[in-house]
Order: sequence, then C-alpha cells, then structure tokens
Amino acid sequence: MEERRYPEGQGPSQEEMRRSNLEIVTGVTCPFCGCLCDDLEVVIEGGRITNVKNGCAYSLAKYLNYQRERLLKPMVREGEELVAVSLEEAVERAAQILVDSIYPVLYGWSSTSSEAQRLGIELAEEVRGAIDNTSSVCHGPTVEALQELGHPGCTLGQVRNRADLIIYWGSNPLQSHLRHMSRYTIGAVGRWRRGREDRTLIVVDVRKTYTARVADYFIQVEPNKDFELLTALRMALMYEEIEQERVAGVPVEAIEEVAEILRGCEFGALFYGLGLTMSSGKNRNIDAAISLVRDLNRWTKFVMIPMRGHFNVAGANIVFLWQTGYPFAVDFSHGYPRYNPGVTSVIDILSRRESDASLIVASDPVANFPRRAVESLLENPLIVIDPHRTATAERADVVIPSALVGIECKGTAYRMDGVPLKMKKVVDPPPGCLSDEEILHRILEEVRRLRGE
Amino acid sequence: MELLIRNAVVYDPINGIDGERMDILVRDGKIVDSINEMQAKVIDASGMIAMPGGVDIHSHIAGPKVNKGRELRPEDHLRYAERGGRVRRSGVGYSIPTTFMTGYWYARMGYTTVMEPATAPLETRHTHEELNDTPILDKACFPLVGSNWFIMEYLRRGDLEKCATYVAWLLRAVKGYAMKLVAPGSVETWGWGRGLMGIDEVIPHFEITPRDIIRGLCRANNLLNLPSPIHIHCNALGAPGNFRVTLETMRCVEDLSRGDRPSIHIVHIQFNAYAGSDWASLSSGATRLARYVNRHSHVTADLGQVIFTDTTTMTADGPWQYRLHNLSGNKWINHDVEAETGGGIVPYHYRRRNYVNAIQWTIGLEFALQVKDPWKICLTTDHPNGGPFIEYPRVMAWLLSRRARLASMRRLNKTARRRSILESLEREYSLYELAIVTRASPARILGLREKGHLGIGADADISLYRIDPSEVDPSRDFRAVRRSLRRAAYTIKEGEIVVKEGEVVGVTEGRTFWVEAEVPEGVSKEVLSDLKERFEDYYTIRLENYPIEEGYLRRPSVRRTRPEAWVV
Repeated sequence: MEERRYPEGQGPSQEEMRRSNLEIVTGVTCPFCGCLCDDLEVVIEGGRITNVKNGCAYSLAKYLNYQRERLLKPMVREGEELVAVSLEEAVERAAQILVDSIYPVLYGWSSTSSEAQRLGIELAEEVRGAIDNTSSVCHGPTVEALQELGHPGCTLGQVRNRADLIIYWGSNPLQSHLRHMSRYTIGAVGRWRRGREDRTLIVVDVRKTYTARVADYFIQVEPNKDFELLTALRMALMYEEIEQERVAGVPVEAIEEVAEILRGCEFGALFYGLGLTMSSGKNRNIDAAISLVRDLNRWTKFVMIPMRGHFNVAGANIVFLWQTGYPFAVDFSHGYPRYNPGVTSVIDILSRRESDASLIVASDPVANFPRRAVESLLENPLIVIDPHRTATAERADVVIPSALVGIECKGTAYRMDGVPLKMKKVVDPPPGCLSDEEILHRILEEVRRLRGE
Repeated sequence: MELLIRNAVVYDPINGIDGERMDILVRDGKIVDSINEMQAKVIDASGMIAMPGGVDIHSHIAGPKVNKGRELRPEDHLRYAERGGRVRRSGVGYSIPTTFMTGYWYARMGYTTVMEPATAPLETRHTHEELNDTPILDKACFPLVGSNWFIMEYLRRGDLEKCATYVAWLLRAVKGYAMKLVAPGSVETWGWGRGLMGIDEVIPHFEITPRDIIRGLCRANNLLNLPSPIHIHCNALGAPGNFRVTLETMRCVEDLSRGDRPSIHIVHIQFNAYAGSDWASLSSGATRLARYVNRHSHVTADLGQVIFTDTTTMTADGPWQYRLHNLSGNKWINHDVEAETGGGIVPYHYRRRNYVNAIQWTIGLEFALQVKDPWKICLTTDHPNGGPFIEYPRVMAWLLSRRARLASMRRLNKTARRRSILESLEREYSLYELAIVTRASPARILGLREKGHLGIGADADISLYRIDPSEVDPSRDFRAVRRSLRRAAYTIKEGEIVVKEGEVVGVTEGRTFWVEAEVPEGVSKEVLSDLKERFEDYYTIRLENYPIEEGYLRRPSVRRTRPEAWVV
C-alpha cells in the first residue's frame, strides 16, 4: 500500500486531489483507544485509505492495515470445517442456536458502537442470557470501588485547562495511549497552563517505564503493594506517624515529600490503569485511590480518571447502565437484570460450565480468557461477529463478518471521561459486510420469528 | 384511529372546565370536535375523572449524571425490578430507574410529558441517547448555561447580542429546549475547588458576578423570544439563610418581565427557602418567598418537595454536592465538564425524625399552600433529589388533604413540628387546582401550547383516574385518591391507549422537543468566527464534532421562534 506524506500543516492541492481521485475527511474520531482523538484527517485515494494525519502510531497502523486478516464471508461449521454460506443462512443458524439454548452468554461489546450495544442487551433480554463486556477483565474493579465510595472526576478538558499536577499510576500512556499526554495532560496547552513547564508529573509503577523516564518524580512501588503505598500516602497527608522505614519499597521520607506535593498543588489529576485495577487487591486498590483523592479535596482540587483501553469500553458500561441499571455482568435468566460480579460475570459463568451457547461480538476471548473458561466456551455452540480473523472466530460454529466502526460504518462511542463522540464512516465496507448493529438487528428479528412472536 | 371517551368528569383548567361530565373525542392523536362514532373505540369513563396528561417541568431522568447515579447505586436497583413483557422491556430502579422503567412508571401515573432539566452541552449526545430509549413520554432537555465560558465572556464585554446568538447556536447544536442556570458562576469556581454563595461575588478570572449572568441570560431569553423562561437553580442552594439569595435572584430581573409570560422560573424552590443561620436554627423561609411570588407576575416556581425515603441527590451544583457529601458522610461522585458546568451525586435518606429533613418537608408544602395563584407553581420533587417521581401521589395527597398532612406530621420531628406553621394552614387543593399544578401550569410555563389541556387541537394526551368526585372527598378519602393517582385507569398518549388499569399495554415512541431560534445573519457570522477561533482552545473536541444532527433524535419535534424585535 502506497503511503503519501505531506509536510506538516499541508495537504495536497485541489488540483492534485482532483487528478488523483483524492478525498480528505476531517474531524474523524479514532476507533482505537479510550482517548478517542477526534481530530484525525483521513486521506482516501480511489476508495482506499492511504494516509492519516494527526493520528498516533497505533491509529495509523489501524487505518492502514484494517483490511488485513479480514473475515469476508459468513460461515457455519460443517463437521470440522467452516463453510461459506449466505448471510441469511448464518443469521438463521445463529438465531437457532440462541433460541435452543437455555443460558447463553453474550460477551465482548467494547469495540463496537453504542447502537450495537443497545441491541445486544435487547437480544440478551430476549433470550434470557447473561451479557458482559470487557470491563469485566479491565476496569471492573474501578466500578466496584465506585459503587462503594463514589468517584471524584471530570472531563479531560478540565485537566488540560487547569491541572498543574498529573499522576499516572499503574499506567504507561507513552506506550498505551500515545496522545494522552500531549492532547490532555502534561504537554497540552490549556487556558491557565502553558504546557510541560507549568505541570508536575508523578509516575507510580513497578518498573521504570517510558512514561516514568519523563516524570519529575518516579515512585517505584513493589509489585502488588499499591494498596500499602496509597494508605501510607493518606496517613502522611493526615500527618500521622508511619512506623516503618519503607512502605512498598518506598522510603517514608519520599512518601511524606510526595504527600506535600499533592497537598500543595492547585489542581491535581490522578490517571490510573490496569497496573492498579488488576494487581493484587483489585477493587481495594481503587478504594484506597478514591479515598486519597477524596481526602485531597479538603486542601485542594483533585480528580481522577481511569485510563480506559478499548475505544468504546466506557460506552459499554454507559449503555448497560441506562438499559439495565448495572455496568457489566448482567444476567437476564430471571427475566429482569441481575448483577453480581463473580457470579454473573462471564468468566465465572464459563468456569462453572453453566452456559450452553455463546455469542461473541468484537472480542477474542479464546486468546485472552483463562483456560478453563475457554474450554467451556468451546464445548458449546459459539457464534462470532467480528471484522477480523481471531482465535475465537477460527473455533466458532457461526461466523458473521462485520464492518469496522469508525472506518466502514458510523456510530456513537464514549471517551474514557464519558464524553460521547460520533464515529464516522470514511470508506465502504467489503461487499456483503454489514455493521454489528445491522447484524444484531437481523438476529433479533430472527429470534423473535423463531419464537413465534 | 378514533377514540371516544364517554362520561368522564373533566378537569381542564386551561379551558376553564372544572369537573364537568362530558365526552372527549380523539382522532389522529389530537382532540377534535367530531368523530365517526360508529368506528371509534369507546371508553366508558363513568366513575372516572379525566385530566390532560401530566406534564413534569423538572425531573432528572436521562443523561450522564443520571446514569452515573445508576452506576453509583446498585443497592437502589434491588428495591424494585420488573420483568419484561409482550410490549415491555425489563428494568430496575427506584430513585434512578432505567430509561424504560422511567417511561412506564410516568405513564402509569398518567404523565405523558417530562423535561430533563440539566444536561452539560458537551455530553448532551448521551442525554439524547437515553431520551431515545425512554418510551411513551414526550420530552426535552435543558442545556446548562450558567457557567459557560463563551457566555461569561460575552457578558463581561457587555455584548448581549452575541450572547443571545451564541445561546441560539447552542440550543440548535445540542437540540435543547430552554436555558438552565445552576448556581451561576459557582460551578466554574468549583473547577478550582471553591464555590460562591451570594449573587454579587465576583467570579475569579471572568470578572463578572452571578447577577450579571442571570440578568444577561434573562435578557437574551427575552431577545430570542424563547418559549420558556430561564430556569434557575439559585446560588447557595441547601444553605441556611439562602431564602435571601432566592429573593435577590427574583428581584434582580423584576424589570425584565415580558408581559403575561414569566421571565424567570425558580426550580425546586424548597431547597432555596431556608431561613436561620445554621442547621440548628434552620427554619422556613417559605412564607416570605410565597409573599414575594404572590405580589409579582414575572416569576414562577416548582416545589422540589421532599419525601421521606431513601433517594439519590444529583445536581450540576458541584460545590453543594461536595458539602452534602461532607455533611452526610455518604459516597460522592463529582464530574466537572470543561468550559461549561459540573455535577455531583450523593445518596441521601430523608428521615421524619431528623430536624433538618422535617423542616425541609414542611417548607415545600408551606410554599405550595401559601402561593395563592396555582398558575405560578408546579408540582415536582426535583426527582430524584427530593424523592423519586414514583412518589408524586403522596405529594398530591398532602396538597389535597389536610388530614393527609396531619397523618404524616404525627411522626414528624417534634421541634420541627412546633416551629412550623404547616399545621395551621387549612387550605386544601381542589382537583381543579391539582390539575393546574401538575398539567396546565407547567405546560404554560414551558410554552407547550398543545400540552396541558383538552381543547380542540390539543395533543390527545389524557389520563383517566378511577375517582368519582360525587362520592369521594379527596380531603377525607385521601388514601383511596392516592391509590387511584398512583395507577391511572387509562393513560392515552397521542390517541393511543398506553396504560390500562395501571398496567402498560402499549408502548409508543415519544417526541423530543427542541428550539430553533432565529437570529440576524450578521451577528450569527461573528459568533461563528468567535467559535472557530476559540472553541478548540477551550474544548478537547473539534468544533465540527460538537453539534448533534437532528437525525440523532428518534422523533424530533422542532419549535421555531423569532425575535419580536432585535433591539438590545
């Protein structure tokens, strides 16, 4: 694929665009991570994406390689092999599996549009299954801690305009959310902050990450000791005496120094990632972090924002909430929404071998779930809706290829701070590939038809 | 489809009908004067009263803040859950029900129009997603404008024309219906962890006062000739002694009255009617506020009545929610929105035995009973802040019946009971007055001409309750009346029967109203160029991605307004 590069701030001339059948779509929202940068300029030549301006390396890679490893034909399993069939046939087979099942699980949802998520929940209710999204395995502990204590937060623009102190805890944005620091935090120019020189950066991590290397203060916490460190910081803030010389591998003097920096800032923001949510302690770590931020509001303004991964995982929580009251792990087996993470979360259902079919949308659990859960998943009929060939799709009984949200079809997505953005369609999907929304709509119709409604 | 409702006892205050037995004719979703009676479906409404469908002027039912409340409170959802049915989706929730439940429960009570009164413009796409998923009801949302940077900057420069034009642009961009001010200026200062109490404190960095914002936006509202007045959540909400701030707020726009239409609507006035200097000396400021409202025609208010129950408080007033978190020790969500507003959520349990809660309860009712003209007030609980909307029938019973009030006062905090004048207030609302404060008055304040009445041409939104006024005396039989008000015998939305005997039997899609205000082209261009210049300095999204296309609303209904004269 040919790449065309232009000098910074310049695009092709009108003449050049006309001659080469060039089109540039501006204000495109990137469907990669929870930053949801909405300033991409996508260059299209003859119906193909040839360049992306403003995007990070991940974004560029996604836009330039999205056509690789695609699923192009609906398939159903005949014996050992997946055989190409018509879309109608695949939809009918999927609907039949769901109708025949007593307790299906519907999982994924974080890399698709809110419109598709809405229909997924309606389908789960219709077939009385359990529905869960990937926050079950990423920021689920954040939600559980929020339910205990609340969550003092804000939108990213507040941080850009006001924050003079930024903390990344268990998060390495220079390798995970590449534009986070330049667009929203350390490097961004805001109304009252000129950029890097006006802001202090503290990084807490178990190793010296790329982000840690540019920090003003790096605190190396012993693995799985985040809770202890957060608690010690809270004690230092309250001027309580800490008996130990070191907590979580950090000298007490350093902890006390950091506590003073936190107390003395004008506007502080704590960003935290899976290093905090998924290390030992899980939701208790987040409890401690929320308590710290809440305490800091006695002296100054302090907020926190989780570093969400998939571009619409925040949206999955949000749509689940308004439709069912709960953010993930929702069970409809009784006909109404029930929520009990650890019981109604999909890994636990699978590990207990309770489900008898599954529908996976825009996710690859075979590659990511614990072995017991994967075994259980594969024992039963498996339906996959995904644009790409994945380990899960390879093992599925029904595969329906879909269009990529934000590239080949439109939709709504929610940024990590809850700001909703529209995703644009910039090129046509492969022939015959529909959006997740449209596929789910057809399955739902077919399920209702089969059930005689 | 045609519908004939026979023999109902009708309360239709806008048309002056006070309990007359008559028929109501419906065709194609409208009230008409003749139908083909042979083909029409007939409802025998003997033994029932008929009112226009209920209109709620202020109820937090959708959007980011409500949804965060749902996230915060799984324990709330355990209180009530409901299976889906042939036409219904399932749902859960009491003080923050899921969107489907919200639609069904309002319809069950005979309500058909509800306003979501606070949405951060930046996040209003989310609000519309939820409104799309709220069945049956007609609805609209009010963008928050009280701490908006563009507005504050235009007002600092005294540029009212541009301020009004920006408001028109904003309403069109986010598909909003009216302006909502929450603790003007104070929410901006909360961005730095501080707040403002009075309306004459200067907002740091912006060098104007809340008074300037209130007056400026009231004048902008008049200039644009918007259907509804500005809706204001006054400064110092929740603080003892704040009734003075409320008085000042009403006074500061006295000269901006626009004929017979109100120019300012005070939302949930109960929370801003506190006298006294601290919690121990807290007392009611309701009488003084009612006296002011009785003497002035430019102001209307809704109650924000407190109900004794466990609920979830949520407002854009970030500093107040933080204070409530510190007062109650309950869990706390905060969510500030760049260049616009903020928000906070704290669960709260109002208890009869608690002195402060008991005083709050008396204040709402004292105000409702002392304002002589019911056309100036609307019944609300500021759902879910004072209590969930599901409990409205309890408030209705307190208004209709002194016995109901005394029954509730028996177990009230004794000191509060002694200090309150509520026991001495003998007024009882008639069913006609109840129809005013729950239908006619909110529809009129909102400028919804086809709502809140049953005249020819009105939307056929009708509620029938099994109450026979010739046999039932609401004052004495308040329990029976309350039961009937909880579950309508029939609710009809745009001519379709959606509720029968308190059960949802039909689910329709409601409309979302929004306002397109015409402004002169010249000034419009200037504002657009200001936006192009500064928007991306203030926000973290592109200007082109901010507006919400009309197609995003499932069933949009635009109301166009034009200025009477563009004179500043």
